[in-house]
Amino acid sequence: MNVRLQMSMVFHLDKCIGCHTCSIACKNVWTDRKGAEYMWWNNVETKPGTGYPTRWEDQERYRGGWVRTEKGDLRLRGSSKGKTFGNIFFNPHLPMIDDYYEPFTYRYQDLFDSPEGADQPTARPISMITGKPMDIEAGPNWDDDLGGSPVYAENDPNLAAVTPAEKQQLFELERMVFFYLPRICNHCLNPGCVAACPSGAIYKRGEDGIVLINQEVCRGWRFCVTACPYKKTYYNWATGKSEKCILCFPRLETGQAPACFHSCVGRIRYLGGLLYDADRIEAALKVSDEQLVEAQREIILDPFDPEVIAAARANGIDDMQIKYIQHSPVYRYVKEWKLALPLHAEFRTLPMLFYVPPLLPIVAAVENGTYDSSQAGLFGAVEQSRMPIRYLAQLFAAGNEGKVRYALKKLLAVRTHQRMKTVGDVDAGAVHAMMAELEIDAEEIEAIYRLTALATEKERFVIPPSHREQAEEMLQTDLWGTKGETGFGFVEAPVRGA
Amino acid sequence: MSLDVVLFQIFPYVAVTIALVESIRRYRQKSFSYSSLSSQFLESDQLFVGSVPWHYGILLVLTGHLVAFLFPQQALAWNSVPVRLYILEITALAGGLVVFIGLINLVIRRLGRARIRAVTSPMDVILLAVLLIQVSLGVYIAMNLRWGSSWYAAVLVPYLRSLFVLQPDLSLLTLMPWMVKLHVLGAFIFLALLPFSRLVHLLVVPWQYLWRPPQVVIWNRDPKRSTIR
Ligand code: HEM
Ligand code: SF4
Repeated sequence: MNVRLQMSMVFHLDKCIGCHTCSIACKNVWTDRKGAEYMWWNNVETKPGTGYPTRWEDQERYRGGWVRTEKGDLRLRGSSKGKTFGNIFFNPHLPMIDDYYEPFTYRYQDLFDSPEGADQPTARPISMITGKPMDIEAGPNWDDDLGGSPVYAENDPNLAAVTPAEKQQLFELERMVFFYLPRICNHCLNPGCVAACPSGAIYKRGEDGIVLINQEVCRGWRFCVTACPYKKTYYNWATGKSEKCILCFPRLETGQAPACFHSCVGRIRYLGGLLYDADRIEAALKVSDEQLVEAQREIILDPFDPEVIAAARANGIDDMQIKYIQHSPVYRYVKEWKLALPLHAEFRTLPMLFYVPPLLPIVAAVENGTYDSSQAGLFGAVEQSRMPIRYLAQLFAAGNEGKVRYALKKLLAVRTHQRMKTVGDVDAGAVHAMMAELEIDAEEIEAIYRLTALATEKERFVIPPSHREQAEEMLQTDLWGTKGETGFGFVEAPVRGA
Repeated sequence: MSLDVVLFQIFPYVAVTIALVESIRRYRQKSFSYSSLSSQFLESDQLFVGSVPWHYGILLVLTGHLVAFLFPQQALAWNSVPVRLYILEITALAGGLVVFIGLINLVIRRLGRARIRAVTSPMDVILLAVLLIQVSLGVYIAMNLRWGSSWYAAVLVPYLRSLFVLQPDLSLLTLMPWMVKLHVLGAFIFLALLPFSRLVHLLVVPWQYLWRPPQVVIWNRDPKRSTIR
């Protein structure tokens, strides 16, 4: 057993209101710079929809992630060592800026400077790359809230899994359903970006599993952009280096949640440590698509198990950290309650950001917004869902509908149970039947309810201390020598090479 | 001191010194600036018809120059059979033309596209100009001064080797046509430009990727543990 600590995330999709506050927080802190204008390390997409960059999930086109070969080995879909050297002068699977959008601003000054004339002065849109006037054809969240459905939502690659009838029903006017999918880097256990980087500039931090790109080592060979199936490594066209979400590690190291988590209005985000067995990563990836979600759960270890604790200590994880991991909300959602699922597990990177699938578009489907408690039982809403389970399973369970159905039923059981308690218009027998079917008790329901609806900041973000006080030793410099000069002298300005 | 001495006896050493000292200094002090500065993200189609022929061609042609530099006798022996000489000459000329076509596409792309101009530094323009002159000279020589693969091995390689062993001998070189001398000069200008331009990308070709395990894990607190799983 090779126990490691991974900072992990859960996004509760029922709570996301699609306000994009997270994206703005991230943009202001990290990517409001030349060359990074188009980057949204955190973005929120409408589903069904084609997302950002357009149709990023279509790996026939973008060639991201890993595939399992006939023999059962794993290999990158987009490149291999040999192909990397053959394609280094021109990467045939690189997404282009127009797959995201060309960043633009407006010539506001013209509003003030235009000479007096018969026409109202206008602020023309100009490209932030060339500085020239341009026609805006796309922008961030161009298809927000199903805007332009025939062009965007209907081309969602995941819809390949649903029947034509289901698809037609999904887009019936006035009865459309959608939900929001906020995305950041998943800080995967088997990251494609790391494996594809010929320079070895991308690495996983042993201490907390954060995946980072060393800007001093990156040489702009741009293979990481292809290899990340989530398109969460971005090429900075101005500096000639790739960049990605850093999980706000400077904030984490000082005990603060990342900017997107901290600013989240819907409080949908949870952050905590997980212990996992690094020796079993490979085996967990060599299973069939159907088994992927379960295999990933398997390698997440029980932080209360004495054997696990001993192995964690042996690997340098201290008792304080273990204590925090035991209180990790992520552990509860992912492993104990089996409510949170990885996004596109079939990309086989072992993403460590998990999603509680959305129940709202499902119950809203039943006529008049009331639960159908007649023949089909209280779970009827899940079975007759207007948002096809098949679609959700495509996103969150590599096609395994059972995993999604279980999570949705549990969410529904929690809801119905709480309604019985507070409103009292639900039949207790039916609720207990639901609980019996899922094999859960009132205690677990209460706990899920608490963490979902009432949790305070301290309960949502349980950040194992990273011992910032040792950071200086970490750099292995002469402590007296560097005294008083922090922040001066050793940071190189990110100036583009000639 | 004649111009030949300045250009072909002194300048080569200056160029090599600049190349060595500045590329090491830049690597150690400004490693952020070491990058291929790929612009494929902004424009792809014309890069394909530029970068691919350019790179495959230039690597082939430069390898040819290097092999003959290392093994001049063998090169001459190979060329002693006419068919083999023709094959070599035709390959070299074809390589040169591929390089030329690729480079023309790169130049048109760099100057003709607004997006690419936005990421073009003055040094990029200087570099492309020098490369264009150098490649044009090379192609001209291959077409007009026949059997270059032989006279390169017999005349220029001894000159280059004399520089290499620090006993410069210009006697043979000075007899060469000025087109050839310009091409030799171009090579040293290229070396001198290397550390000041994006050409530094040739110094950081990521060979280590060939034997590196796929995953990289770095432990900050205990660097000795850092791998590589
Ligand atoms: C194995 C060795 C080499 C590798 C891996 C390599 C790789 C690259 C890459 C990735 C780019 C960026 C292409 C893009 O925009 O996406 C590039 C550009 C360039 N390379 Fe190389 N290169 C190599 C050798 C050379 C050599 C030997 C030369 C010249 C003698 C050269 C000259 C250039 C030039 C001039 C550009 C800029 C092209 C432009 O105008 O956009 N490269 N190279
Ligand atoms: S989501 Fe992408 S960028 Fe993040 S670790 Fe995984 S492969 Fe790398």
